Order: sequence, then structure tokens, then C-alpha cells
Amino acid sequence: MINKMLTDLRDWVDVRFPMTETWNYHLAQYYAPKNFNAWYYFGSLALLVFVLQIVTGIFLTMNYKPDAGMAFASVEYIMRDVDWGWLIRYLHSTGASFFFITVYLHMFRGLMYGSYKKPRELLWVIGMFIYLALMAEAFMGYLLPWGQMSFWGAQVIISLFGAIPWIGDALTLWVRGDYVIADATLNRFFAFHVILVPFILAALVFVHLVALHHVGSNNPDGVEIKKNKDPVTHKPVDGIPFHPYYTVKDIVGIGVFLIIFAAVVFFLPEFGGWFLEKDNFIPADPMKTPEHIVPLWYFTPFYAILRAIPDKLLGVIAMGGAIVMLFILPWLDRSPVKSIRYKGPLFKTALVIFVISFIALGYLGTQPPTPVLTAFAQLFSFLYFAFFILMPWYSSIDECKPEPTRVNFSH
Amino acid sequence: MKTLFRTVMLLSAFFIGGQTFASGGGVHLEPAHNDLSNQGSLQNGMKLFVNYCLSCHSAEYMRFNRAGKDLGISDEQLKQNLMFTADKVGETMKVAMTKDDAKKWFGIAIPDLSVVARSRGVDWLYTYMTSFYRDDKRTWGVNNLVFKDVGMPHVMADMEGGVKDAVYKTEIGEDGKPHQVIDKLVSNCGALPKADCEKKAQEYNRNVRDLVNYLEYMGEPAKLVRYSLGVKVILFLLFFTFIAYFLKKEYWRDVH
Repeated sequence: MINKMLTDLRDWVDVRFPMTETWNYHLAQYYAPKNFNAWYYFGSLALLVFVLQIVTGIFLTMNYKPDAGMAFASVEYIMRDVDWGWLIRYLHSTGASFFFITVYLHMFRGLMYGSYKKPRELLWVIGMFIYLALMAEAFMGYLLPWGQMSFWGAQVIISLFGAIPWIGDALTLWVRGDYVIADATLNRFFAFHVILVPFILAALVFVHLVALHHVGSNNPDGVEIKKNKDPVTHKPVDGIPFHPYYTVKDIVGIGVFLIIFAAVVFFLPEFGGWFLEKDNFIPADPMKTPEHIVPLWYFTPFYAILRAIPDKLLGVIAMGGAIVMLFILPWLDRSPVKSIRYKGPLFKTALVIFVISFIALGYLGTQPPTPVLTAFAQLFSFLYFAFFILMPWYSSIDECKPEPTRVNFSH
Repeated sequence: MKTLFRTVMLLSAFFIGGQTFASGGGVHLEPAHNDLSNQGSLQNGMKLFVNYCLSCHSAEYMRFNRAGKDLGISDEQLKQNLMFTADKVGETMKVAMTKDDAKKWFGIAIPDLSVVARSRGVDWLYTYMTSFYRDDKRTWGVNNLVFKDVGMPHVMADMEGGVKDAVYKTEIGEDGKPHQVIDKLVSNCGALPKADCEKKAQEYNRNVRDLVNYLEYMGEPAKLVRYSLGVKVILFLLFFTFIAYFLKKEYWRDVH
């Protein structure tokens, strides 16, 4: 009886909205390669963190005051007087860092297995737009607690617009809405952080998934499973329906992820100053510059590149260029194979150097600049760019192994 | 659970090491060794805070009755013994001194101490409170090892038996010239016998530890429940993941 009612309801909806069709297209009959390894968790984990940020963010806005005179106190109010406020705030602040951790690992996965190569160039570019939006979201969100690092970090980064010739100063003033970071800046950043950028992010994530499900998922072997279909069923022989196989698998990944996440939220929410900086527990003071202004860890590789160049304008261009390189990556790789498993020694070496350079730059961006450290930052910036700029050359002469026709899979 | 916690701590130690030196200013910091689970210590710390600090420093985000509830002090006890600046137990810890007066008397706006343990760290606070020494060049006759030329007088000097004396030594600086630098601080209890003086110094350090303990609590009252809740949450997640793993295994049996 109830069963029939539900079936009727489904049919009623299906006539008016492609409910079952959408479910099948994206989940129950979306065929994903069966050989995904642990690196393939980070896409769904990033989505989980995104949802977590939206939900905790909504609860934070219920008590947060975007007012230069009240913002700092309202965060402490949330930490003390709001029921479970401390937990919601820590979930949000830890979530910000974990968003970047998952996204960086997700991007690295793409880099390793050539997930940016034809036909997934656009998928990669959309992903890069998500990364850009995420950086904007994190940067504006960090101003909201109105601590010393919120204030001075924003002051430093916004002043970068001033390096642009002719219009720099006017542009900086326009972005801030005042001569220094002030109430006007806080209000507009709040508006962008809670409405505009999350909206853009959600739209981009949607488009990212549409593109993914159109071209199909890559895999650790870089084999196109659509090329090898069963003659009778027309389903990829190396593919399995995303639901239920990958939904149950992702739940395991989510469990492991949440254990690590909870360990940080409950035992190390400041993470020794890496997730919540000590100086940000001092209210913003426009009259007192902190000794050492450090952006949060996820920006420091690019901050190190900025500081490595002695000229401000060229530094800003280099920092922007570092991101542009990632955008054009699909057209730099001339390798005949996708996955690192079949690529030659040149690409493997280049990737190792790139990872070391990125982490080293991330570390250098947190340190006060000394002549020695700046020299190191210049070296690693050079290596960062060399990885991309030389790629058309080394990827085309590299000695690759032949790609298999079927994926490697065993229990 | 302790092992897991310790593993996470160890794994994090590498990253954390990088940023903890930040506020020390190069001076060696004494570890505070305070214990948030010691309620007696927290109560004594609150008493000291209210008696010695709260006349100049506010703690604008801390409510009297919240501290009372968390530290096991009744509203009656709060009103009789600890509330000199407020009438209602739900009020926050404010001070009567205005910002202008503070500027006039001490040269600076006096910082609020609600979250000072989070910006300075407990070791810094402990070292700061135990390293005042006599310096006649300063307005209040004292200086401090970790906060050079601080504007604050040594308000707890009587508890220590008297302000400590600095013992100097000569060191060759980077410029190749000899400089007078502080070697160590020694207790100075005036006429008191040496043994009593040492006892007093130890008692003072204990009191400072309690005060710092209270400051850490006040920086984040949720810390008292955060750890135990975290253990429960992680235990649940371990159980959840265990079940999820076998569910996955069951589903994936027919994938070849």
C-alpha cells in the first residue's frame, strides 16, 4: 500500500521533473572506474567540508556582529555565552584549514594522474576557479574576527593593489572603502564572505560536477574506461555504478577524515598558531603594527613568491603568474600518457622538485625575511615556475611506459 | 585514546614547533606546569586575579557566575568574597578606571585580560609574573625580564617577600665591546632568614601558577569540557568507521 503510494508519487514527479533520470545519471548509473585509490577521497571530502562551512557559518552569523566596534567581542560572546558556540566556531575555523588541505590534496591527485589532460581540461580549469574563489572566501573570512592578524593581514594584501600603475591607489581606496581597513571594509567583506562568494562557490562546484560526469572520472592508471564497453550492456567493463559502490566507500573515507578533523577541533584547535594565530587574540589596533605579519598557512607559498621579488609590482605579477601557471597546465603537458605510473623519469623528478618547492615556499612564507631565506625563496620560486614553463619540453622527450588497456584492480 | 591523542600531538609537534617561539622575545620562558583539572588551583587563581589584577585590568568577556559555575563557587560566595566591582553575578569583570585615567597614570591603555593567555601563552605569563626585578630607573622601581620597561608595577611584590634583585655579568656583545647583562634574579626578602625567604619564593611561584591556570581557563572556559567531549566524539567516530568499513567490504564483494 505505502509502496504503491511512493511509486505513484515518484512517477508523478518524474513526469514533471527528471528526478529518477538525474539520480541515475549522476549516481546509480554513473560509471566510475573501479580502481580508485585513497587519493580519490579528497573530492567528496572537500564537498563535505564545504557543506560543513555553510552550516556552521549560518549559525555563526546568528551571533556575529560585523561592526568594527563589536566584532571581536561578538566572537568571544560566541565562544563563551552561546550554547555550543565554541564548537561551532572551532568547526568553522578548523574547517577553513581542512578545506585547503583537502583541496590541495585533490589538486595534487589531479597532477599525479594527469586528470587535467584531454578531455578534462575544462574540468581542471573550473576546479582552478573554485580554488580562486576559495582563496577569496578564506581571505575575507579571516578579517571577520577583527584581531590584529585579521586587520594587518588584510592591510598588507589589499595594499598589493596599490602596486598597479596609475590606478593602484584609487583602486585600493575603492576596495577598502576607507583610507585604512575600517568598518566599511569589515561590512563589505562580511557581505562577500557570507553571500557572494559562497554562492559563486556553490555554482562552480555544481558546474565542476556536471563537467566531471560528462567526461567521466579519470583513475590512477589514466585509462579511459569509456573506450572499453561491454558489447551487450554497453557499460564500461572497468566501471562500477557510483552508487552504491563509491557512496559506501566514501563513507569510510569520511569516517577516517572526521576522526582526524575531530582530533584537531577538540584537542588542537589553534594547531600551535597555524590555524588560529596567537596575535589574533589581540583586538585589531590600527595604531600598532605587529612585529611579524604572517598570512595563514594556505597562502604562504604565494606570499613567499611575492616577497622573493624585490620589486613590488613584479612581485604581484609573479604571485598572479604562479596561479596562472596552474590554469594553463592542461596545455603544457605533452606527455602521451596521463598517469604518473606510466610517465618517465623526467616528469617524476620534476613533480618531486615541484612538491618540495611548494612546501618550502609555504614554510618560507611564514618566516621573517632574511637575506639567506629570501635567496632560498628565490630559488624555490624559480623551481616552481620551471616545473610549468619547461614542461612542454621535458614531457615530450620523456621516456614513458605504454599505458595498459584495462585498469589494474585487485581486492 | 591517550595513545591516539599523543600520536596526533607528536605528528603536530613538527608544525607547531615553528610558531611557538613567537612571543618570547628571545628570553627563555619557564614552563608554567599549570593543571586545568585542578579546581582548587583555579579557585585560588580566581581569588588572586580578582584581588590583584581586577582593580586595573578588566576581563570584559568573563562573567562572574560563569566562572563560579565552572569552578564550583556559589553565587553567595561570589558576592561576598569576589565581587568588588559588580552588583549582579551575571555581570562581566569590568573595572572602574577609565581609559583616560589609565593613560595618565600608566602611560598606556591597560589591556583587557580575558584572552591574554591565548595571545601570550601560559609560559610567557608565568615567566612574566616571576621575573620582576628592582630597577630604580623605572617609575615603579621595577623592570621585567620578558617585558622590558613594562609600565605595570609589581603588584604582588609583598607575596614574594620583596622585589627580586638582578645579578649582572659582563658579556662581549656582537659589537666586540663588553656589556652588562642580567645573569639571574635572586630573591630579596629584606630582614627575613634565608630559609623563610626561599619558602616564600616557592609559595609565590605556586600562587603564580594558580593565577596563570585561572588565566588559561578564562581565555577559553570551554577548555574544561572540550577534551572529555573530544574523547567521546572520537570513540563514536571510530565505531562508526569500523561499521562503515565492513559495510563497504560487503558491497564490494561482487566487484572483480
